[in-house]
Amino acid sequence: MKRGPCALAIALSIALSVVLNVAPKPVNAEDEASTPAAVPSAPALSPIEQALADLSSESAETRSAAVALLIEEGDASLIPKLDEIRATADRAVRQAIKPVVDLLKNRANLSSELPDYRRSAASDLASTGRREAIAWLEAAAAKEEVWWVRYTMEESANLLELRSGDLAARQTAIKKLGDLRSQNGLSTLQELIESGNAADATEEQKALISTATAAVSQIESWSTKATIMETIFRGISLSSILLIMSLGLAIVFGLMGVINMAHGELMMIGAYATFVTQQAFIAWLPPEHFDWYFPASLPLAFLASFGAGWLLEATVIRFLYGRLLETLLATWGVSLILMQSARVYFGDLTAVIAPQALRGGAQVMVGVYLPYNRIFIIILSIVCVVGIYYLLFNSNLGLRVRAVTQNRNMSACLGIPTRKVDSYTFAFASGLAGIAGWALTMVGNVDPGLGQNYIVDAFMVVVTGGVGKLAGTIWASLGIGGLNKLIEPFSGAVYGKVFILVGVILFLQWRPSGLFAAKGRSADA
Amino acid sequence: MPEQMQPQQNSRETLSFYLVGAIFLVVMPLLNVLPSEESWLHLSDFRLNQFGKFLCFAILALGLDLTWGYCGVLSMGQGVFFGFGAYCMGMYLALQIGKESVYGSDLPDFMVWTQVKELPLFWYPFKSFWGGILGAILVPVIFATIFGFLAFRSRIKGVYFAIITQALAFAAWLVFNRNETRLGGTNGLTDFKQVLGYRLSDPSTQLGLYILTVLALIASYLLCRWIVASRAGKVLIAIRDSESRVTFSGYTPWVYKLFVFVVAAGLAGLAGMLYVPQVGIITPAQIGVLPSLEVVIWVAVGGRGTLIGAILGAVVVNFGRSVLTNYFPEAWPFILGGLFVVVVTMFPDGLVGIIRKLFSGGPPAAGVAMPKPQAQGGR
Amino acid sequence: MSAEGLILNCENVVVDYDGFKALNNCNFSVHYNELRVVIGPNGAGKTTLLDCICGKTKPSSGKIAFGNNIELVGKNAEDITKLGVGRKFQAPSVYGNLTVWQNLDLSLKRASKGVFPTLMGKSTPAERDRINETMDTIGLTQDAHSRAGSLSHGQKQWLEIGMVILQDPSLLLVDEPVAGMSDKETEQTGRLLNSLAEKHAIVVIEHDMDFVRQIARVVTVLAEGTVICEGTVEHVQADQHVREIYLGRAKVAH
Repeated sequence: MKRGPCALAIALSIALSVVLNVAPKPVNAEDEASTPAAVPSAPALSPIEQALADLSSESAETRSAAVALLIEEGDASLIPKLDEIRATADRAVRQAIKPVVDLLKNRANLSSELPDYRRSAASDLASTGRREAIAWLEAAAAKEEVWWVRYTMEESANLLELRSGDLAARQTAIKKLGDLRSQNGLSTLQELIESGNAADATEEQKALISTATAAVSQIESWSTKATIMETIFRGISLSSILLIMSLGLAIVFGLMGVINMAHGELMMIGAYATFVTQQAFIAWLPPEHFDWYFPASLPLAFLASFGAGWLLEATVIRFLYGRLLETLLATWGVSLILMQSARVYFGDLTAVIAPQALRGGAQVMVGVYLPYNRIFIIILSIVCVVGIYYLLFNSNLGLRVRAVTQNRNMSACLGIPTRKVDSYTFAFASGLAGIAGWALTMVGNVDPGLGQNYIVDAFMVVVTGGVGKLAGTIWASLGIGGLNKLIEPFSGAVYGKVFILVGVILFLQWRPSGLFAAKGRSADA
Repeated sequence: MPEQMQPQQNSRETLSFYLVGAIFLVVMPLLNVLPSEESWLHLSDFRLNQFGKFLCFAILALGLDLTWGYCGVLSMGQGVFFGFGAYCMGMYLALQIGKESVYGSDLPDFMVWTQVKELPLFWYPFKSFWGGILGAILVPVIFATIFGFLAFRSRIKGVYFAIITQALAFAAWLVFNRNETRLGGTNGLTDFKQVLGYRLSDPSTQLGLYILTVLALIASYLLCRWIVASRAGKVLIAIRDSESRVTFSGYTPWVYKLFVFVVAAGLAGLAGMLYVPQVGIITPAQIGVLPSLEVVIWVAVGGRGTLIGAILGAVVVNFGRSVLTNYFPEAWPFILGGLFVVVVTMFPDGLVGIIRKLFSGGPPAAGVAMPKPQAQGGR
Repeated sequence: MSAEGLILNCENVVVDYDGFKALNNCNFSVHYNELRVVIGPNGAGKTTLLDCICGKTKPSSGKIAFGNNIELVGKNAEDITKLGVGRKFQAPSVYGNLTVWQNLDLSLKRASKGVFPTLMGKSTPAERDRINETMDTIGLTQDAHSRAGSLSHGQKQWLEIGMVILQDPSLLLVDEPVAGMSDKETEQTGRLLNSLAEKHAIVVIEHDMDFVRQIARVVTVLAEGTVICEGTVEHVQADQHVREIYLGRAKVAH
C-alpha cells in the first residue's frame, strides 16, 4: 500500500529535476556563447574570463593553456562557473576542467576554519599530483597551528616534490618523507625502489634507491610501533565496551544469583531511548540545540531500562530466585519478546547521529588515531566502575544490598526490606544496561539485534571473571577484549571469537569458577 | 500405595508411547496412502513430510531431555550437534547431485561459484553413503567427547556450562557461515536430487524417509528408556539432585555427564541426518544460538524429565509454529518468548505435568519429576 | 609418630581461606573402631576438618594419613570414598527424586562404579538382602518406595547414615547427625552409632552435649582451627581452657 505513493513521488521528483536543471541549461549556454559576440565590449575580457571561455575550445592546446592559467591565477570563486561549464560540456572538456575544480576547491579548503577540512584538502592535493600545489601547501603549513594538519600539509608537499625533475629535490623529499614517517608515502617509495632495481632503470632512478630504502625502513619500524599502540587502544576500547555491558550482568549474577539473558535487550531499550530523544530533538527543537540530545538522553536511557528492569523483576524474576537455570530460560523468553517488539515498532535499522563533540578523533601520533567516541566509552566505563564501587561499598543502599546478599533472613530480621532491595538492585543493574546502550549508540547502529551482538561476549566475561567480585569482571573484560584485538589481525574476527571461546574453556580448566571465585563456606552451597 | 506409584507411572508412559508410536508409524502413513485426495481424512504429502521433520526434532529433543531433564546439565548448543549430523548427510547428498547441478560440474554448485577447483579433502569420505551415515553420528559424538571432556572434567557446571555451550553455538554459527570452510557459507547445502538412487522429489521416497524417521525415533526412545531405567539412569537423577553426594558415594559425576552428553550429541546427529533429505536444505541458520535454544523450549513445554514429554513438546511446539507462522508471521517470536516465560515460571513440569495432574489429580510423579527449587549457589 | 593402631592421622593441617585460617596446624588422630566426638564453638573448623579428610577441601599444607599410611591430601573425593571413608553431611543430602531403595542401591559398595558397569548392572540377591537389612537398621523399610524428598528431616538423616553404611567405610565421618531430631530420634541415633562403632571407626561432630555424653568415649575440642583438648567428657568439661572458650555457653558448663 505504501509503495504506490512513494514510487509516484520519486518519479515526480525525477521529472521535476529533469525539467528544472537540465532543460534550462542549453539556453544559458547559448546565451553565454552568444554574448561575447553580440556585446561590443568584448576586448575588455580579463585573462581569467578568457581562459574560462577557452576551456570549451576545440583545440586541446588552448584548453590546457587555459587550465594552467586558471590553476595559477584562479580561486574558489570560479568554481560555480566551472561547474556550470562542466554540466554542459562534452567529455574532453569535463576531463580538462576536473583537476582545475579539484585544485581550486582544495586550495580554498586549505584555509578553511575546520582543521579536518584543511587536513583532507592537503591530502587531496597530494593525490592530484599537480606540483603547483606545493607552494600553496608550504604557505599553509607555515601558518598552520594544529600539528596534525601541518604534518599532512608537509607530507603532501613532499609527496608532490617527488615528482620533481630535479634529483637533489627528490632526494630531500624522500628524506623528508622518511623523517615524517609518512604512511601515505610508503607505497610510492617502494615503487621507487622497485623501478630503481628494474633492469632498465635510469641512473637517476638508481641513485634514489639507497635514500628510499632508508626512508622505507624508517617508516616501517615506526608503523610497527604505531600498530602496537593502536592495537592496545582498540583492545582497551573493546574491553571498556565489554566491561560496561558486563557490569550489570555481573551485579545481578553475583549479588542476586540471577542470569539475565535479557540484559542485552535492556541495553537495546537504552539505545532506543537515545534514538527517540534524538528524534524528538529533531522534531521539536531548533537545530542549534541538536547536540544536547545526547546528554539529555542519558537519564532517559537509564530510567527507561531501570523501569523495564523493575517490571521484569516484579513479574518474572521474583518467582525464580535461587533457580539459576530457570532465570536464564525465562529471561531468554523476555529477550525474544523485547527484540521482536523493537523490530515490529522501530523496524530493522535506525541510527543515532553522534553529537559534534564526539565525531572525529585525536591524532596523538603519526599513524595513531583515537576516535573520540571510543575514548568517551573508555571514560564512561571507568566512571561507571567507580560509581558502582562507591554505591556498593560507601553508601547506605550498598550496605543493605550486601547484607541481603550475605544473609537474607538475618537482613529481614534487622528490618531491611529485602523484597525492595531485590527489586532495586535488579532495576539498578538494568539501568546500567541502559547506560551501556546509550553509549553503544556511538559505536554502532541502533537495531533490535543490538543486545544479541554482544551478549555472548558479555557472558564470557562474567563467566571468566567469576561471580565473587567486580574486580573479576574488570580483569576478565580487559583480558578478553585485549586478547580479541590481539588475535584478530592474524585470524580475522570470526576465528578470533572461536579462539576466545577455546581460550575461555581452557582457562576454566585451570580456574573452574573464574578469576575471582568466592571461597570459604559460602562457596560450598 | 506408594509402592505402586512408580510402576503405574511407567506403564502409563509405555502405553502412551505405544499409542503415539502406532499413530505415527501406521495410522499417518495409511492416511497418506489410502484415502482419496479429496477425502477429509487424507493426509497430504506436504503434511506427512512436515511431521517427518517434527519427528527429527523429537529425536533431538530426546537427547537434550536426557542431559537436562534427567542429569540437570543444560546444553544450549544442541543445534551444533544437529548441524554436524545434518551437514555430514548434506555433504553426501550434495555429492550425489553430480552432473545434474546447475553448472553441470561434479562439484557442488557453491564450490563452482566460489572458484573451488578440486573437492576439499575432508569431503572425500562423504562420497559414500556409509561415509555420510557414519560421519553424521561420529562427528558430533567425537566433538561432544572432546568438548564435554574439557568442560566436565574441570567441573564446569550449571549455568557456566549452559553459557559455554551457548558460546559454542554462536562460534559454530560464525564458522559455518564462512565461505572458506567450504560448506556453502550462508546458503548452506541444498538442491539435493537423490539418495541411493531414489529421487528425493518422489512422494514414495519421502514416505520411506518418514517411516525411517519414525523407526529411528522409536529406537532412540527405547535407548533412552533403557538408560533411564538402568542404575546409571538413577545416577543421572542423583547427580541432578545432589552432585556432591554422588561423589561421596564413589561415583565420578563428570564421567556420567560426559556419557549422557555424548549420547545426546549422537541423537542430535541422527536427527540432523534424517532431517536433511526430508527438508532438502541445511544452512547455518539452523545451528545458531536461537535454534539451539528452541530445543530447550520443546523439552520444557513437553515436560522435562519424561521422555515422552520431549517427543510431545517437539511435535506440539513445531506444529503450532507451522500453523501460526502461516497466519501471523510476526507473532512467532512473541509466542516463543511467552512460552519460555510461562512454562518456566508456571508449568515447570510442562504438558506431561499438566496431563498428569488432570488424570490423577495427585502430586506430580515420583521418579522423574522436577528438582525441588533449591539454592544452586551464587546467592 | 608412626601410627600403630591409628586409622586416621592428621598432621599440621592448614586450611587458608583468603587469610582466614579455618584450620591452623591441626593435629588429630583416630584409632580403629573408635567413636570419637569432636566439639567446638562455631567456626572452630570442625566441618572443615571433615572436608579435608574426605577430599572436599584441599588443605594448603599438612598431611592426612589414612589406614595403612595412605596419604589422602591431593586425592579427589571419589578415590577417598573408594578407599573407605564415608561422609554424612550436616544438612541431610539424599537424592530427593529417587526412592529410599534407589538411594540405598546407588550407595551400596560395588566393584566398579564406572558408567558401563552401572548401566548394565543388576542387583544380586545378596545385595538386595544387604539393602533390606540396612533399611531395617535405619527403620525405613516401610518407606522403601517413597521418594526420599518426602521423608521427614530425621528420616532423611537416617537414610543418609544408611547410605554411608552401605558403602562399607572403615572410617565414618558424621556431621551433626541429630540436628533437628526429636529426643526419641536422638536416642535411637545414638544407639545406632554405638552399634556401628563395633565395626567401624567413627568421627562425629556434635553440639548437643546430652547426646555427646550418651555416645562419647573420647571427645576432642577444636577451637580456632586447632585441637585444644582431648579426653573423656568429664575431663574435657573440667578443663579450664575449654571453659574459657565456652564461657557463658551453658551447654558445656552444666
